[in-house]
Amino acid sequence: MSSVAHAEGHDHKPEGFLNRWLFTTNHKDIGTLYLVFSLTMFIIGGAMAMVIRAELFMPGMQLVDPAFFNQMTTMHALIMVFGAVMPAFVGLANWMIPMMIGAPDMALPRMNNWSFWILPFAFTMLLSTLFMDGGAPAAGWTLYPPLVLQGGNSFAFAIFAVHLLGISSIMGAINIIATILNLRAPGMNLLNMPLFVWTWLITAFLLIAVMPVLAGGVTMLLTDKFFGTSFFNAAGGGDPVMYQHIFWFFGHPEVYIMILPAFGVVSEILPTFSRKPLFGYTSMVYASASIAFLSFIVWSHHMFTVGMPLGGELFFMYATMVIAVPTGVKIFNWVATMWKGAMTFETPMLFAIGFVIMFTIGGFSGLMLAIAPADFQYHDTYFVVAHFHYVLVTGAVFAIMAGVYYWLPKWTGHMYDERLGKIHFWWSTIAVNVLFFPQHFLGLAGMPRRIPDYSLQFAEFNMISSIGGFAFGLAQIFFVYIVWKTVKGGQPAEARAWEGAKGLEWTVPSPAPHHTFETPPEIKPDMIAHPSNAH
Amino acid sequence: MKALKFTGALGAMLVSTGAWAEYKLNMTPGVTEFSHIAYGLHMRILWICVVIGVLVFGAMIYSMIAHRKSKGVEPARFSHSTTAEIIWTIIPILILLFMAYPATKGLIAMEAPHDKPDLIVKVTGFQWRWRYDYLNEDVGFISSLDQESNRVRQLKSGENPGQVKDYLLNVDHPLVLPVGKQVKFLLTADDVIHSWWVPALGWKRDAIPGFVNEAWTKIEKPGIYRGQCAELCGRDHGFMPIVIKAVTPEEFEAWVAEQKKSAMAGQEIQPIADQS
Repeated sequence: MSSVAHAEGHDHKPEGFLNRWLFTTNHKDIGTLYLVFSLTMFIIGGAMAMVIRAELFMPGMQLVDPAFFNQMTTMHALIMVFGAVMPAFVGLANWMIPMMIGAPDMALPRMNNWSFWILPFAFTMLLSTLFMDGGAPAAGWTLYPPLVLQGGNSFAFAIFAVHLLGISSIMGAINIIATILNLRAPGMNLLNMPLFVWTWLITAFLLIAVMPVLAGGVTMLLTDKFFGTSFFNAAGGGDPVMYQHIFWFFGHPEVYIMILPAFGVVSEILPTFSRKPLFGYTSMVYASASIAFLSFIVWSHHMFTVGMPLGGELFFMYATMVIAVPTGVKIFNWVATMWKGAMTFETPMLFAIGFVIMFTIGGFSGLMLAIAPADFQYHDTYFVVAHFHYVLVTGAVFAIMAGVYYWLPKWTGHMYDERLGKIHFWWSTIAVNVLFFPQHFLGLAGMPRRIPDYSLQFAEFNMISSIGGFAFGLAQIFFVYIVWKTVKGGQPAEARAWEGAKGLEWTVPSPAPHHTFETPPEIKPDMIAHPSNAH
Repeated sequence: MKALKFTGALGAMLVSTGAWAEYKLNMTPGVTEFSHIAYGLHMRILWICVVIGVLVFGAMIYSMIAHRKSKGVEPARFSHSTTAEIIWTIIPILILLFMAYPATKGLIAMEAPHDKPDLIVKVTGFQWRWRYDYLNEDVGFISSLDQESNRVRQLKSGENPGQVKDYLLNVDHPLVLPVGKQVKFLLTADDVIHSWWVPALGWKRDAIPGFVNEAWTKIEKPGIYRGQCAELCGRDHGFMPIVIKAVTPEEFEAWVAEQKKSAMAGQEIQPIADQS
């Protein structure tokens, strides 16, 4: 199937910039495109976060109009979720999944190209709404009606952008499923696959299941706004709460779409630097699948305050609490993987351990939020902001960074500067906790989220949080520098860049040649990433 | 350089914060049965999480100290243990049951049918004010952010919020409620979704156009209780505070009578005279 696409040659890259990048069907190049795009969006979304934290630095309105502040919170979230975190994991998947399962490329290389190249256009369109009459969407990333329908006509562009992102995600997911199910090398059974491949397989099914739901929801917003329908307009017989059900039926699995691949990355890194097999491989797989299943039946815990019947509140409270069981299994398994290993603490390991600890903190606050009577207090406060930034920043983003440091030698052929990597880790970790930990206190003390100004009792912690925010933002500029430096040069990396690394990706040279596994490798037991499950 | 500037600004702020309201770390226990339920559950779950956290992080930290390559340890080879995995599936389930029981009890108490209400207050949110109607008393008024906060909160007003009493948490007409009485709220909205939240009452409830939501309270002691809109409702979402003035039933009756009198005389309603 890919013979035509690769007709120009097998061992050399296509000539010319456009041929190499715009028309590429190579999983490694597309992976690079995704990662570079994600990093760009991370910086843009981060700049918006800086605007937010600068306005919240002191009580009083100093910098931006409240309406623009609302555009910033909305766009920050949309860009970080759809532009930074999701494409980063798709980039990692593109680079690593074919190499981890012994496939020559993704199963559908041209679609792979398309699903990437939709993104720059979609985000250009989304960002352009900032400069249009009426401005960018300002009703929060959840786009709740009726508020979101009060925006200007630029809203149509935002919705079209969301549609494009959905199309891109679904195509990416189809590609990943097709690759994993069809292109595994002989002997690479499902239960021999690295956990990163497993978690992505599950994630891809989640994407296919829920992205159409989001598309349907925002399409109804579109027709409500422009074509006179009343899906969510109470005055026309519609139901504004129905939108919230639709949105969160997408939104909650979306949360796991952003965290399951992170589980996968961390499950690859911890065994490598513990020099010990992953503990409980099979239960890790089952736990991931259970979390994915549960993610479909907990959505209304985002809506405990809309006035649900008691039975509904009880159901969603219990279902949400149950998620703690498979998540707990994962955390215990990671600790058991480290236990009695022979650990070293290179940067990927530091980020992975940071992930386990701080994601667990986010998990604790998630458990607290599940308790409906207490959630009546927590809901829509900074406690929630603290919670989801712990799971998304110190969770998903830390895992992405761990993955980048871990596989950068494989991608570039150079080792990154270990000293700089460690500085980046400690700088980020301290800053991110200064940034988000005080937000727990703010929320408990009664500060609602999405407000541009606040009463004086919240002043101290907001200032501390902003200082942490600026420091964290600066640390990521440093990260860009470290990556750039590694791409340009550095100590050459061996094929097996890490002493304890297992898995097929470490059997190919570093940097990985443009085409790998053109003929399927013969899988030997020592090539399997987590050989513990062989019996 | 940048760090220096921040430190300078922080120092300046700390010096000037002497007069500011005290910051808080934790949820308020509040002044209603429901707020005690929420606070009790919050503290229980928090301590359970702290204990689990100490155990899990303790094990990790011990492992990171003891099981490092630089100490010359040989890595173990084990990769699973059915017993361990069963144990750490069962124990969390038991802990969850231990949490779920009081949570269920609390939730049922909050959502169960209540006695006949002594007072029904209709709360209507609109951009960006609250309207309160005492349904059986023929009293109603609009409650907005107080003038002084409103002036100071304008973009680049150049004024110091530290000099405004209860900055952003003060209104022109507070909601006056009697203590010890069963109050039923009917919540709705005129334009977009708002959420009515006074932490001391222990809950927030969305005010949704086209819906009438119900919520209850019985305030235990007189006082001023402040809150805010909790659902993003547009440009001035951050500027629609809620203030409850809880008074004795006698003072409440007197206030209602006065409201009716001034309403008949065509005067603007007056907030109750400050007792403290």
